[in-house]
Amino acid sequence: MSSKSVMTLVGSVALAFYSSMAFSSKYNFQEPQSVIAQDIYDQHIWALWICLAIFVGVFGVMFYSIVKHRKSVGYKAANFHHSTTVEVIWTTIPLLILVAMAYPATKTVIAMKDTSASDITIKATGYQWMWGYDYLQGEGEGISFYSKLSTPPAQVTNKEPKGENYLLEVDNNLVVPVGKKIRVITTANDVLHAWWVPAFGVKQDAIPGFIRDLWFTADKPGLYRGQCAELCGKDHGFMPIVVEVLEQEKYAQWVADKQKASAAVVTTAAVGN
Amino acid sequence: MAVVQDVHGHHDHHPSGIMRWVTTTNHKDIGTMYLWFSFAMFLTGGFLAMGIRAELFMPGIQILEPELFNSFTTLHGLIMVFGAIMPAFVGLANWQVPMMIGAPDMAFARMNNWSFWLLPVAGSLLISSFFVPGGAAAGGWTFYPPLSAQGGLGVDMMIFAIHILGASSIMGAINIITTILNMRAPGMTLMKMPMFVWTWLITAYLLVLVMPVLAGTVTMLLTDRHFGTSFFNAAGGGDPVLFQHVFWFFGHPEVYIMILPAFGIVSEIIPTFSRKPLFGYSSMVYATASIAILSCVVWAHHMFTVGMPAVGQLFFMYATMLIAVPTGVKVFNWTATMWRGSMTFETPMLFSIGFIFLFVIGGFSGVVCAIVPIDIQVQDTYYVIAHFHYVLVSGALFAIFAGVYYWLPKWCGRMYDEKLAKMHFWLSMIFFNVAFFVQHFLGLAGMPRRIPDYSLQFADFNMISSIGAFGFGLSQLLFLYIVIKCIRGGEKAADKPWDGGTTLEWTLPSPAPYHSFETPPVIK
Ligand code: HEM
Ligand SMILES: [Cu+2]
Ligand SMILES: [Cu+2]
Repeated sequence: MSSKSVMTLVGSVALAFYSSMAFSSKYNFQEPQSVIAQDIYDQHIWALWICLAIFVGVFGVMFYSIVKHRKSVGYKAANFHHSTTVEVIWTTIPLLILVAMAYPATKTVIAMKDTSASDITIKATGYQWMWGYDYLQGEGEGISFYSKLSTPPAQVTNKEPKGENYLLEVDNNLVVPVGKKIRVITTANDVLHAWWVPAFGVKQDAIPGFIRDLWFTADKPGLYRGQCAELCGKDHGFMPIVVEVLEQEKYAQWVADKQKASAAVVTTAAVGN
Repeated sequence: MAVVQDVHGHHDHHPSGIMRWVTTTNHKDIGTMYLWFSFAMFLTGGFLAMGIRAELFMPGIQILEPELFNSFTTLHGLIMVFGAIMPAFVGLANWQVPMMIGAPDMAFARMNNWSFWLLPVAGSLLISSFFVPGGAAAGGWTFYPPLSAQGGLGVDMMIFAIHILGASSIMGAINIITTILNMRAPGMTLMKMPMFVWTWLITAYLLVLVMPVLAGTVTMLLTDRHFGTSFFNAAGGGDPVLFQHVFWFFGHPEVYIMILPAFGIVSEIIPTFSRKPLFGYSSMVYATASIAILSCVVWAHHMFTVGMPAVGQLFFMYATMLIAVPTGVKVFNWTATMWRGSMTFETPMLFSIGFIFLFVIGGFSGVVCAIVPIDIQVQDTYYVIAHFHYVLVSGALFAIFAGVYYWLPKWCGRMYDEKLAKMHFWLSMIFFNVAFFVQHFLGLAGMPRRIPDYSLQFADFNMISSIGAFGFGLSQLLFLYIVIKCIRGGEKAADKPWDGGTTLEWTLPSPAPYHSFETPPVIK
């Protein structure tokens, strides 16, 4: 291969690679909506570039050799079989590259683990097959509800056309305010589940009998969808998570409505007695 | 070795017909049975994979109800790992190790018979569990409790099958270690052994180390299920996460058990077809040993989302990334072996180059998964499915194909059909990538694994992936045809069909005699 065609090849691979990133959510992570998710996104792109460079380097050499050093073009085999210098070099360089990848990752890991000083704490409980949410602390304390798949079974069995948010919609969204540090405590009632919202870069197993936690701060209001990410039996594919991020005032309104509704339930119950 | 002498005395009048295979203590017969068994399991596991991909062809539930779908993925994983890949490597070891070290047979010939005949028992247990009340195990090939505590009889059959498979593997491994350490031809020092023998020696040690751990794990699960213990049950003071630690202490070395012999095969083939000695032989040996040792301290990289403390996550991240270094050394060594060689591209070489090319892609996605924050996004998604199929299918399986084509002329004294075999390679290569490359995108975009149905944005890539999978599955029938055609007839093979071959098996006639080396060759 001439050096020109090699350049063209490298160029077009890089271009294809770059353009695939532009379509983000289809070929790449969903658009990040929190600081952590942004870090993850950036580190992944950084890792991809490093991999691409190594890939081009190694297979450039290998394919050059495949083209030139073949018997059919009359190439005679050399007979070398080791070189300490070369071997030291190709052990050291990868080490340095790995350090360059591990450094930013280390910082993110530490940041992800820091669940202190949260504004609101919510407990997410995995059930076969739905989520239960209890607002434990902060604005909305005391609210509690279940969140179940709302896609009609007829869509799953192909008797009805599938809606836009097929399998990613629930009856009761988890509602949180924008810009506040939300701590989610996970646990489970029966088997393992995992609470995952890609846009926030959080995924945490929910373990029966134990609690774990995670945190996120949503950048923008909106609806963010995720799914259970640990096999939990028959309907594992049918227990999505939907987080509804509201402006502060709307969130306050939602809390007030919720509390009024539950007060009403309590009163009717009392009257009924 | 007394055992070997005994076999030796009988070699002219071994029984024929079915009894030959039932009672055989010959390493070649046993190797053959291992390979056929593994191929049958590969087709079974492949059938299940086709079922999975058919269900995932379009959104909605079409042919597999969710519970059955889960059984399909679970049994697909178990059958491929324990039934197809591992026995194939043991079969190759049975055939090749004695021939490559100049020995007449394996050290423990009768135990060898046993370790094979346990396999069909375990295989039938797994397959028949589909037909018992409650169906086959459906908790994934990793069978995490408490979910795996819920299933019915199928789960117990799975546990029993794993016990049997583990016993078989341990016996096989002890046999291989003893053979390699005691039966090498005079003059063959450890550092003169072919790479395939080296990688198998190290693999066998890994097997002896971790299979008992797996046996312990499933036993604890069994007693939790039936005898009132609570190892993994929080309500009784146990911990479900404990299971994952113990399982992956077995499970991660297990993935190296499936790749180290593949490294060995490729390290034999690349020099042969480059007509040039392997570059950096001793660094290859050290790299293999360090991979094996490191593989024992990285298990919790499968558990980055269980909620370990930051130090734990960081330790397992660094240790995992470190494995990339010796793995890289191997890839560089293969490239340097090819460099300025005089290469030809018969099918074994094609599969080996295909192996390197795709294994490196799997290695890259492995490093990406090692980075904790990224893994937290991709763990339990299709990204991971893509990653491990790149290392298991285009890694382990391609190396097995390469090895079979490479040694088939020695085994049956005939050449396979080179044209068809090349076609098998190209079809596998193309369809494999169609099936699995797009799964990286599915995983990144957020599609979880082990789900029978998915939301609409994943539809097009899933359809592409299924088409690739069907193509890949069909191409493997071509492989079956090629092998049968080669055994039935086919051009006579020379004793040394590949002019670059340097290892001892090529000094024997083709087909290799029933007892490999009656008098040990002397290595200078
Ligand atoms: C014919 C080619 C193959 C195809 C089309 C295929 C397809 C699949 C698919 C679609 C899954 C994902 C199931 C899910 O999570 O929903 C899967 C899982 C898996 N495959 Fe394969 N596979 C193939 C060959 C292999 C081979 C050769 C191995 C070798 C070890 C293997 C090992 C596994 C394992 C361990 C799992 C995980 C099972 C689990 O989630 O518990 N596969 N395969
Ligand atoms: Cu689940
Ligand atoms: Cu691992």
